[in-house]
Amino acid sequence: MSDQGKMDCGRRRLIVATATVGGVGVAATAVPFVASMLPSERAKAAGAPVEADISKLGPGQMMVVEWRGKPVWILRRTPEMLETLPQLNGELADPESTKQQQPKYCANAARAIKPELFVTIGICTHLGCSPSSKFKPGASEGMSADWKGGFLCPCHGSTFDFAGRVFKEKPAPTNLEIPPHRYLSDTRILIGEDTQGA
Amino acid sequence: MATNSNFEKYKSNGTLLGSVLEWIDARFPATSLWKAHLSEYYAPKNFNFWYYFGSLALLVLVIQVVTGIFLAMNYKPDAALNAAGLPFAFASVSYIMNDVDWGWLIRYMHSTGASAFFIVVYLHMFRGMLYGSYRKPRELIWIFGILIFLCLMAEAFMGYLLPWGQMSYWGAQVIVNLFSAIPLIGDPLSLWIRGDFVIGDATLNRFFAFHVIAVPLALIGLVVAHLLALHEVGSNNPDGIEIKKVTNEKGIPLDGIPFHPYYTVKDIVGVAVFLAFFSIVVFFVPEGGGYFLEYNNFFPADPMKTPEHIAPVWYFTPFYSMLRAMVWNFFWLEAKFWGVVAMGGGVAILALLPWLDRSPAKSIRYRGPIYKTLLAIFVFCFLVLGYLGTKVPGFYLFGYQPATNPDGSIIFNPLNYLLSGDLIAQAFTVYYFLFFLTMPWWSKIDKCKPVPERVTWK
Amino acid sequence: MQTCTGKGDLEMKIMHKLKILLLTAVLFAPALVVSTATLASEKLHLERAPDVSGDKTALQNGARLFVNYCLSCHGASALRYNKLLELGLTEAQIMENLMFTTDKIGDPMTVAMAPADAKKWFGVAPPDLSLAARARATADGSGSDWLYTYLRGFYRDEARPTGWNNTVFANVGMPHILFDLQGEQVLGADGKPQLATPGKLSAEDYDKQVADLVGFLTWMSEPQAEFRKLLGVGVLIFLVLLFGFAYALKKEYWKDVH
Repeated sequence: MSDQGKMDCGRRRLIVATATVGGVGVAATAVPFVASMLPSERAKAAGAPVEADISKLGPGQMMVVEWRGKPVWILRRTPEMLETLPQLNGELADPESTKQQQPKYCANAARAIKPELFVTIGICTHLGCSPSSKFKPGASEGMSADWKGGFLCPCHGSTFDFAGRVFKEKPAPTNLEIPPHRYLSDTRILIGEDTQGA
Repeated sequence: MATNSNFEKYKSNGTLLGSVLEWIDARFPATSLWKAHLSEYYAPKNFNFWYYFGSLALLVLVIQVVTGIFLAMNYKPDAALNAAGLPFAFASVSYIMNDVDWGWLIRYMHSTGASAFFIVVYLHMFRGMLYGSYRKPRELIWIFGILIFLCLMAEAFMGYLLPWGQMSYWGAQVIVNLFSAIPLIGDPLSLWIRGDFVIGDATLNRFFAFHVIAVPLALIGLVVAHLLALHEVGSNNPDGIEIKKVTNEKGIPLDGIPFHPYYTVKDIVGVAVFLAFFSIVVFFVPEGGGYFLEYNNFFPADPMKTPEHIAPVWYFTPFYSMLRAMVWNFFWLEAKFWGVVAMGGGVAILALLPWLDRSPAKSIRYRGPIYKTLLAIFVFCFLVLGYLGTKVPGFYLFGYQPATNPDGSIIFNPLNYLLSGDLIAQAFTVYYFLFFLTMPWWSKIDKCKPVPERVTWK
Repeated sequence: MQTCTGKGDLEMKIMHKLKILLLTAVLFAPALVVSTATLASEKLHLERAPDVSGDKTALQNGARLFVNYCLSCHGASALRYNKLLELGLTEAQIMENLMFTTDKIGDPMTVAMAPADAKKWFGVAPPDLSLAARARATADGSGSDWLYTYLRGFYRDEARPTGWNNTVFANVGMPHILFDLQGEQVLGADGKPQLATPGKLSAEDYDKQVADLVGFLTWMSEPQAEFRKLLGVGVLIFLVLLFGFAYALKKEYWKDVH
């Protein structure tokens, strides 16, 4: 009977209409299921902004706070460290921070709100390892003799300067990511939320 | 129509899609499967209301599998207590309800789906009894169906433990203890099932494994077997006659129509109606009046305190009534054992139906008054057994209480017996079994009407 | 249409009778439930809790009462503070009025006291109240009704270690936390509690406060309940539409079948 073949217009229209309504229903039903895989309220609460007290952070020292399960580094850079930054521009992949790896207010030479305080997510942009600190210039920490200080990712050898900018011809494609953050006072930083927040 | 399995391979009409289909069809029986099971599977044209429940059961299975997968992403089978003093498993259900986006909807779909599954399957089984769908040559379809029903009971029972509420805990405690009634091996057996001296973390974990992996796999396999067996012999119909007997010159049954598109479009209508009922429960009465989600199960499991009244979920209660009805010790075995026998036998006896029924006519339309009367009583008994299974032992119908003398002895009154839930459950359990056991006799002598050659419209 | 004339008539009559019998049987079960609910002897007499589910002000007041009176012992661990935003409170209001300073807005409403300590001190750990309004439902009334009756049913009983007993929760472990508001009740000769010493509130005002608190507990047990019903209406409208098209399509195809 299905071979009678004469599919008249009315029938075709009804098929299309029913299929459309049914399709909308299936798609709408899929929404809750897909959405249920987004971060839950618990995950969001755990990923809420965290406060860091930097009053005890001395020059050249770095502290790590956890935000959304990731290490966030806060480094109080010394003038010497800051001096290295412009010198390295020629060796870096993205010295001007043109790629969207930082909030607008950190797209500057020091990649920071306050030049001496560098805040970044300590996760290599290559495959997600956490780079280690190689702050001492020269070969003393196993680096090459012309090393000016920065970070080295132990997994695949990507190197970053004191502003988290990646060196050329390294596996990591971009500079280290800078999380949204703001200063609650001179000694307290809120990580995970910038001025748009309450 | 699996006999008709040599379908021609798909020939491309020159388009890209056509060529891809041709390539696939040369390597995979896509056309054959489509034709054998849908477009050239000839189903009787006189299916009525009762024939919706097969496809609906398949729909509920899909709902349960999909919602189950998403629940398993967030559920934790852990009986240990969290910082707030709640078992992790119980708290993870609250987490799904409150913290996971749309988790409440997925959970209500799953909990409502469990009850919907049994409603649909009970009606589907009753259809089989109305029209003799279990009769030769469909015995295996029926047996697979009973096995599906058993799997469904196992699936529901083990799934019910997972929220780790009071009813979960004590229901599992009681049912697992049933196994200890089996002579000799009973006690070690129930210990082995629990993996602990009481229902505990080990039990919860293994029930979770069975509920999400083992039983669903068996269930899906059996559903496939059920359908393959059905498509091998062809569907029965409300007249209980074989449409294959009268065919045209091409061998196509005159009373058959292709399943697709005729029954696919019809089943979509059934699906829309079913989903409306389903949605009313999910969105407006997810607790189903305490029958779909029992109120006591909103208390976390407490191994120190049994709720005053525990009853299984409604779909088990007819068989639970049969269990409780056995209060006599027979031979050297105690009543507890016979209760388990009654409960298991109540399900198992269904599998014998194809051989118990000796009636010349399959469908109730042409069967005699004996079957119609006995079946009506059977349904009534089954429903009342189900109702009594939700009540405490010593329950009396209509709120009746036997009057007592000042010394506490009960004053004689025939109503003490007529309205006693326990006695009614016993009588109806006896009827349930007699209905089947005496069937070979009365189904043969029942006065059937002549069965027509061709199907009829109702 | 009717191809089986003659025998069809009788058959239909019997089928019809069978259907009626089935229908009666199906209808019978709920009837039994109703009859037992009204006649059973050990039935609890529960007062109906006023429905404040649509009243944001009442629910906010309930939240305040819950935090002030209940949360020091009973957790509501399934609820996060920021969920209270749905009651029309602002984040600042929640943080200032309802939270301890150490809590974060996304934290669940838990008790500082460890459950194990609580068990040592009180004999039983005060239960988490996240789902109390659903768990307390019985055939005698909703969980809200139970809570409403319970919170108004405390009376003095010197036989109890706490000095308090309750009309719906015999030998309750919790003392009457709201007694400064309600005053003290004693059990009358009719088995009903009567006010002996008035509290800060009149009986009417006290009932209103309890209604708000119970309203909040009810809301808390399923915060998405209102949205659920709203969505349900939309889903049903959609299904009616789907049914319309599907039915028309079925009719269209089945006109081939004779």
